[in-house]
Amino acid sequence: MAHVVPTEIPDAPPAPEQQRRGLAGYLLLTPGSLWLAVFFIVPTVSLVATSLYDPSGSLEFGYQMTGHVQNYPHAIAEYWDPIVRSLQYALIATVACMILGYPLAYAIAFKAGRYKTILLVAVIAPFFTSFLVRTLAWQYLLGDNEWVVTFLRWLPFTGAELQLINTPVAVVAGLTYNFLPFFVLPLYASLEKIDHRLLEAAGDLYASPFRGFLKVTLPLSMPGVVAGTLLTFIPAAGDYINDELLGSPKTRMVGNEIQSLFYAGDYPTASALSVALMVTIVLLVAVYVWRAGTDELV
Amino acid sequence: MAEPVTAGSEDLVLAGLTKKYGDFAAVDALDLTVPSGSFFALLGPSGCGKTTTLRMVAGLEVPTAGTVTLAGEDITRLKPYRRPVNTVFQSYALFPHLTIRDNVAFGPRRKGVSKREAAAEVNRMLDLVELGEYAGRKPAQLSGGQQQRVALARALINHPQVLLLDEPLGALDLKLRRQMQLELKRIQIDVGLTFIHVTHDQEEAMTMADTVAVMNQGRIEQMGAPEELYDLPRTTFVANFLGRSNLVAGSVTGTAGEEVSVQLDGGTVTAPVERAATAEGKVWVGVRPEKVHLKPAGDPAGGRGNELRDAVVSDVSFAGVSTEYVVRLPSGQELMVFEQNHTSQRRLHSGDRVDLTWAPEHTFLLDAAQDASAGTQFDDE
Repeated sequence: MAHVVPTEIPDAPPAPEQQRRGLAGYLLLTPGSLWLAVFFIVPTVSLVATSLYDPSGSLEFGYQMTGHVQNYPHAIAEYWDPIVRSLQYALIATVACMILGYPLAYAIAFKAGRYKTILLVAVIAPFFTSFLVRTLAWQYLLGDNEWVVTFLRWLPFTGAELQLINTPVAVVAGLTYNFLPFFVLPLYASLEKIDHRLLEAAGDLYASPFRGFLKVTLPLSMPGVVAGTLLTFIPAAGDYINDELLGSPKTRMVGNEIQSLFYAGDYPTASALSVALMVTIVLLVAVYVWRAGTDELV
Repeated sequence: MAEPVTAGSEDLVLAGLTKKYGDFAAVDALDLTVPSGSFFALLGPSGCGKTTTLRMVAGLEVPTAGTVTLAGEDITRLKPYRRPVNTVFQSYALFPHLTIRDNVAFGPRRKGVSKREAAAEVNRMLDLVELGEYAGRKPAQLSGGQQQRVALARALINHPQVLLLDEPLGALDLKLRRQMQLELKRIQIDVGLTFIHVTHDQEEAMTMADTVAVMNQGRIEQMGAPEELYDLPRTTFVANFLGRSNLVAGSVTGTAGEEVSVQLDGGTVTAPVERAATAEGKVWVGVRPEKVHLKPAGDPAGGRGNELRDAVVSDVSFAGVSTEYVVRLPSGQELMVFEQNHTSQRRLHSGDRVDLTWAPEHTFLLDAAQDASAGTQFDDE
């Protein structure tokens, strides 16, 4: 019997210690949890609830909670085109950010030398001006009488009636411009962490610089690429400023429709459309992260 | 030391190899021939240029001047990925996103070996370094010693003509390091490749290498078999950096037959002529601490030929197999004496008056123009 006793003793003492640590953890989580509860969970629940109101109500006379699920098929059918357009624009803008942003982040991380800080500041610099003001500047920049269009019209292979403002190109260009820093910064952080000696090792093991990039740098920068695409695609898909200022009725994105619906007082449809957009994005992102296989992303 | 490249020679030959950073010459007109199939150690303190030399052989640094020739072919300007040379990096530089298997297969795959052929070779290599069961893991899941062996397998699998090892054991603890030293030596004999091992650990260099080149300030001070270097250092730097030495100032009084006589403060000693780096004028008389014997002052018995009289023991430290004495000469200079702890021997104490004696054939003479403390400041490394 005496043999049984010692095996139980070591397990006993750590318990109070663990309890105390657990308590500290909960205390630390409290402010964040409260914040999320008040500003995320409550509004989300309220949004979902609103999406199920009877659509025949109005702001003046109030809405009835009738569990009107038909708001969803209605909203999706009615606004199918803007939804698809939003996802398309966001996708194109994300790919454009990737094409422009990867070389930029790579150059800053590996080739900039002592100019690294200056270049990083340059990437962040646009944030010193408001999003709205910068997009207004693009409205001006892409205007019919400005030099960009004048120059493009002068080129032999473009027509004299070429226009940029109020076209999908302008909207996507605006999205790309506005979200580029969100792609570059996480990617830069990812690239910066890569040990240069790994590239020397790749070279030593018969990988040409290009093969070394494909086999070492690119896979190691994937967490940054995934983070960058998420930070670009998600806000771009729900954006309405760029289309509002640079687009036309033909380029309306789902964000613009939701905004109009809220203005018009059609809360149930606006909410249903919002929830539908949210769910779509979450699903797309989940599939993307799963396919990219970056478990060490978060 | 530069030997002409003979046709068909498989040796690695460095000729006038120089690397300058601004005005500073990290490697200064280095001439070196590494015989094919040898285990060659480049030994020196940090900053002596040994790693830079290695990186120039690997192609990771471009020499300012000079050439690197391997098996008769000039590879000085060849890109690293085109050289038949592989490196085991100090930090191992294993690819963190790849499994051990894929890390080891990296070289063969880049050379266009098919996946299946590479897999067989990878298994063979992992067995050689006794890591077969870890093939599916990521580097972060292995210990330092295991990572070190993966780095070795990843380089060896390519059958390089020369394998470069850049302080490969530097990050391991002492016990593991000793074990890996024997392991590396075993593998080198197994595969029969040329190994160039860069290290600042003189014991490591002497244990493993067939030939040791001692490097200092971008130049090779002396090169040879470990025993040879230890027994007969030709510069004060080598005398101090490789083991420890007593250096006493003296001046040559003459050469009689095979013997050089040197007048010291407190006596005359002799050394064989072939052990004198210089046989005239002022010299450093050198002797290794374990070659010196202590006897009671004035005792005529037990003399070994060379004697320094009337010294006083100033410090005694017991080190298990031996006792290390610090002995002060009448001139004030302190010498080290290591005595084996034979049971019959009486231990001396601080303050005892003693005579030092050693055999002429253990004496070496160095140029007095050299700094007697060169190479001592790196003891702690």
